[in-house]
Amino acid sequence: MVILGSGPNRIGQGIEFDYACVQASFALRELGVKSVMVNCNPETVSTDYDTSDKLYFEPLTFNDVLPIIEREKPRGVIVQFGGQTPLKLALALKKAGAPIIGTDPNDIDRAENRKLFNEIIEKLKLKQPEGATATNVDEAVAVAERIGYPVLVRPSYVLGGRAMEIVYDQNGLEFYMKYAVKASPEHPVLVDRFLKSATEIDVDALSDGSDVYVAGIMEHIEEAGIHSGDSSCVLPPHSLPENVVKEIERQTIMLAKELNVIGLMNIQFAVQNGEIYILEVNPRASRTVPFVSKATGLSLARIATKVMLGHKLKDLVSLRGAIAPKQSPELNMGDCHAPSGLAMTKHYSVKTPVFPFNKFPGVDTILGPEMKSTGEVMGIAETFGEAFAKAQEAAGNKLPSHGSIFISIKDTDKEAIIPIAVSLIESGFNVVATRGTKMFLHEHGVPATGINKLLEGPPHIVDALKNKKIQLVINTTAGRPSIGDSYSIRRTALERGVPYFTTIEGAKAAAESVKIVKRNAGAINIKPIQKYNLDY
Amino acid sequence: MPRRSDIHKILLIGSGPIVIGQGCEFDYSGTQACKALKEEGYEVVLINSNPATIMTDPEVADRTYIEPLTFEYVSKLIELERPDALLPTLGGQTALNLAVKLAEEGVLKKYNVEMLGASLEAIKKAEDRELFKAAMKKIGLDVPKSMTVTSHEEARVAVKALGYPIIIRPAFTLGGSGGNISYSEEDFERMVESGLIASPIRQLLLEESILGWKEFELEVMRDKKDNVVIICSIENLDPMGIHTGDSITVAPQQTLTDREYQVMRDASIKVIREIGVDTGGSNIQFGVDPKNGRQVVIEMNPRVSRSSSLASKATGFPIAKIAAKLAIGYTLDELPNDITKETMAAFEPTIDYVVTKIPRFAFEKFPHTSPMLTTQMKSVGEAMAIGRTFEESLLKALRSLECGWKGLDPIAGASPGEVMKRLREPTPDRILWVGEAFRQGIGVEEVYELTKIDPWFLHKISAIVKTGDTHFQKSSCPRSFRTVDTCAAEFIAYTPYFYSTIGEEDDLLARGTQGLWLFWAPAPIASARG
Amino acid sequence: MKKAYLILSDGKIFQGASFGFENETAGEVVFNTSISGYQEILTDPSYHGQIVVMTYPHIGNYGINPEDMESDKPQVAGFIVRSYCENPSNWRMTETLASFLKRHKIVAGTGFDTRTIVKYIRDNGAKPALLIVSDELPKDAVERAKKVPSMNGQDLASKVTCVAPRRCKAVAPRRREVVLYDFGAKRNITRMLQERGCNVTVVPATTPAKEVLKMKPDGIMLSNGPGDPAAVTYAIENIKQLLGKVPIFGICLGHQLLALALGGKTYKLKFGHRGGNQPVKNLRTGKVEITSQNHGFAVDADSLKNTEITHINLNDNTIEGIAAPKLKAYSVQYHPEASPGPHDASYLFDQFMEMMR
Repeated sequence: MVILGSGPNRIGQGIEFDYACVQASFALRELGVKSVMVNCNPETVSTDYDTSDKLYFEPLTFNDVLPIIEREKPRGVIVQFGGQTPLKLALALKKAGAPIIGTDPNDIDRAENRKLFNEIIEKLKLKQPEGATATNVDEAVAVAERIGYPVLVRPSYVLGGRAMEIVYDQNGLEFYMKYAVKASPEHPVLVDRFLKSATEIDVDALSDGSDVYVAGIMEHIEEAGIHSGDSSCVLPPHSLPENVVKEIERQTIMLAKELNVIGLMNIQFAVQNGEIYILEVNPRASRTVPFVSKATGLSLARIATKVMLGHKLKDLVSLRGAIAPKQSPELNMGDCHAPSGLAMTKHYSVKTPVFPFNKFPGVDTILGPEMKSTGEVMGIAETFGEAFAKAQEAAGNKLPSHGSIFISIKDTDKEAIIPIAVSLIESGFNVVATRGTKMFLHEHGVPATGINKLLEGPPHIVDALKNKKIQLVINTTAGRPSIGDSYSIRRTALERGVPYFTTIEGAKAAAESVKIVKRNAGAINIKPIQKYNLDY
Repeated sequence: MPRRSDIHKILLIGSGPIVIGQGCEFDYSGTQACKALKEEGYEVVLINSNPATIMTDPEVADRTYIEPLTFEYVSKLIELERPDALLPTLGGQTALNLAVKLAEEGVLKKYNVEMLGASLEAIKKAEDRELFKAAMKKIGLDVPKSMTVTSHEEARVAVKALGYPIIIRPAFTLGGSGGNISYSEEDFERMVESGLIASPIRQLLLEESILGWKEFELEVMRDKKDNVVIICSIENLDPMGIHTGDSITVAPQQTLTDREYQVMRDASIKVIREIGVDTGGSNIQFGVDPKNGRQVVIEMNPRVSRSSSLASKATGFPIAKIAAKLAIGYTLDELPNDITKETMAAFEPTIDYVVTKIPRFAFEKFPHTSPMLTTQMKSVGEAMAIGRTFEESLLKALRSLECGWKGLDPIAGASPGEVMKRLREPTPDRILWVGEAFRQGIGVEEVYELTKIDPWFLHKISAIVKTGDTHFQKSSCPRSFRTVDTCAAEFIAYTPYFYSTIGEEDDLLARGTQGLWLFWAPAPIASARG
Repeated sequence: MKKAYLILSDGKIFQGASFGFENETAGEVVFNTSISGYQEILTDPSYHGQIVVMTYPHIGNYGINPEDMESDKPQVAGFIVRSYCENPSNWRMTETLASFLKRHKIVAGTGFDTRTIVKYIRDNGAKPALLIVSDELPKDAVERAKKVPSMNGQDLASKVTCVAPRRCKAVAPRRREVVLYDFGAKRNITRMLQERGCNVTVVPATTPAKEVLKMKPDGIMLSNGPGDPAAVTYAIENIKQLLGKVPIFGICLGHQLLALALGGKTYKLKFGHRGGNQPVKNLRTGKVEITSQNHGFAVDADSLKNTEITHINLNDNTIEGIAAPKLKAYSVQYHPEASPGPHDASYLFDQFMEMMR
């Protein structure tokens, strides 16, 4: 078997894909099959010549890979694990006769191709945010008019959400179409409705062609709209009602079958007011594979590899702590059904990204749909709060146990902030806010000290941050204009190492964590991962 | 000497999340080390907060803790696990800084944990700029003129003495974090401030500018018997002034005569001995004045580094694995060379090919930042390529980058003025601008004046451009595969590690080992090359 | 560029292009794995009669300079590389490698598949060969290649030794008198002695022992050199007469001659050791030295009696150093004077100084 690696690390395609490739190699070794790795990244385990039976240190281009395949004459070529890099080569290699195994490149294409994807969604009667493709400015504007602002725009077929943006009005849209991308009939731009205040869910699943196993359901601790690689997430989900979780599972299984997935699949959902929308389907290993593997104790990429070689899921996966396989009459698919997210693991695992912002002076730290993180950390604990706290600390963002918290939020978040502010005050913090927010809080019986915005002159928030008077920042904004205003707040917080949250979800998680940390009174609980998943 | 039997449980600290300056190279070294130690029968405890690593797989270490890499958590871990020893030299700067803190705060002493690989003293001597300078003076090695400062006032005094341009290096950071080059008073204060914040001990080294000098690195290993070997020599194509992580680098070094190289080799042996790295690997950086060959020691990393991963892949010598075994008592002549299977690890690899490493940037993600390359590392990853010649290796590296380049691609519509500007101000695509300059007929001397890239490289690039075969794929010669064997074919090698080249015999076919690969049924493959 | 052909005595042919003197030459094909140091290698008289193949592809990178000469001219019979560098760059450079070789009439080829040649030598042994510059391969080339003599039994030291004695003054105080038998001596041996305060009298290889003793030396240096040590019978005789009378230090060929004088035997290695990365274990200290080597013959361990083996090659356990302490004589197979190569073994010169008190 030839495994195509993921190339040099970059944002959007980092070590996670290399991880999957290495796991594939291990799986092949366990099966007694010779593995051949092809990659050009010197930093990784995949290019350790001990990892596979053979290593070709070569560029991952069609002309470089094909001679290797011709030379090795493998039984199969694995393209699913290296992210976009080998995937781009899949179709061409298949045409040239390479024995691609796993999900067929044509099915992979169906998921990535807008038109074909729409057909699938319609056929399965699922929901996705309204949208259309546009090949020029006028078309884009017309689509946006129809579906309503804000819209999410991006070029099709990219990695890491490159050049993806949330656009709030026509001017913004025109600017984007003129300067950010070069749209054309061959390179259409996708214009979709942006779901505000929705919760994003990431699902990793395995399928062997007949059975589907939902391996991990992750709930994002940020609104949909921030690239999934950039947001913190928790496994299992901690705020979704059970019926929503079940529905997500059902939809996952349907999609896996429809796309004839053999191996891994990742789906991104958004849940808004109880409605489930499908954002993206990737019939390949995703960035979250290592995280899910560590959280659940199941080595997803390894299982996927065995599945790709013809093994059956039911022989590979021991359903720890599972509900017995259900036969859903309406589905009639004889599916091997994984336990729901809540039952799957008894502990909580939180993944938090780290960013390179301090390396780039002058960069705004606001997260948008384009992925910006370089890496991630993980926190594991018995409770969500503690896991989140650990993850924050591991990311260099240690949550405070006392002090002052600065709150400045957009109007639409004002309702939601009340319980958060109350919780923080109960945990012993002072709340500091700018005029509008302060008045709102007072109206609702929440005490807060006032402080000036930067433009209002000293004593203002940026100075307070510089002087270490603020220990945590909650600062949400909407639209472009106010983003500029609070830029210095975010930038200063970053420079001074003050944890800050730019979404309500993040703030909620922070409040919960802070409460637990205080309750634990500084005690540290640690456990080796070998112990976590053995506990049932 | 037999491996130590007085210790049983070893704690390894990982490097945490991938950040600029500290990437997955430590996953590679950490994983190798865990494997090596387990092989020797030790119980391995690992702590790392990054789940996206092979090292944190439950089978790699015996007890794996995915927990924050902070002083408190590691202390708690030591209290719980009571390891006999700590190996902090395989987790990058993060692990090293933690180890220093643990030692200084008395945690290691309290729980009787021995630090393997490098002592606290050695780490400090290497990382603390003042101590390092003094150590170099002691062994008679030249360093760039510098002054250590801990405040703005001191900085102002220093720049008066050393002049502009001046290099700012914060102590105990990774990837040159917080570092910069100041060309004038305009940005000096701001850069000093950033630097002081970036250094955990608020210490900066302000250094005379040796911008434009050639930059070299040596990867060195030492065992407890004081045997020292050089694993790899690396020459930076980009001169001093651009962080080595952001430079295009080549192994082995190309432009030093043997005499000059031996001076550097002797110096690096002295350095590793004086700093006191008892066992393991180190990375030592040198600057060389192209006018007169004067050599200065720039810095030393008393640990496995990004370059070690590169050196391991470039030479086939598994540095981290051997370092781990040296840490527990073996000497280099006791460890077998896995590649030749008949010789020992006590040797210096020699290579018969050229390796080029090229960094990968992500400036497209941050469109409002300046993509200028300085002493602070900004790249997020790298690609490497192996070829029988520098030309082949460079072109393969360019197309390995996955940023759409097929080789030394031409730059459409570039005016001569723009070319000059881009040569002077290094950006990630500067190498393409060099190619473009030659395409437009600009001479090597002029390009050298603007870039300070050694003429050896420039002539080669110019030649590539002149032949027009900038993809190196148009050649009608068949492609063959050759082996990486650490010994330039002097010994028969069993490594299954290959690279492709054009126009030469094939090592694989010549070996006649097709019979080994019995698993594979031949599949009919249409040769559909465009 | 004209084509160049390397024809081995067993009929195997390799092709490249000429970049040196356009002619024909014959010699034993050997390879050297050093990455840098071609100038020292080319000018090392030990390579007399040999066609040297460099494993490292880029050769000529830093041109030629007047300081790094190990003798007054290139000594190789021929030179083969993968990629000759036409535009060298180094601050000490005074001419290009090609110009240097052409000037000295050395035949050289580039563009050869050096790795394959090396593998061939490794698997089949060092072979005599012809190196011909010509666009067409001459019809009788293979026949003539078969007739090129092998190294065995050849006394080449006499071909490269100096004609008359000469004196090299010390450049540091301490003042010892050393007589150096020039069997093809590399200059750096003399330099190393001079730097430690020795006045060195370099004498021709055939100089009788009596004459050497008349010079009242504090120590005798037996230099490196080309060819089969067993064929240098006159030297072996002379050394026998000197043993025990004056401290003796031998290098490379000198070491082999010392062993023979002590009653041992030498044999030809399959393809020799040539490079700057050879690990040698010092059996007295247990430490490892990385050394510079260039030899095709070695001392047979079993043949030694009453002689201590002080160093061995870590790769293949061949003898790298011997000593006869009672006779105050010792020698090493490798090159402590390096040039090219690592300086790990320079302590051996200090040892010599100690012995000469």
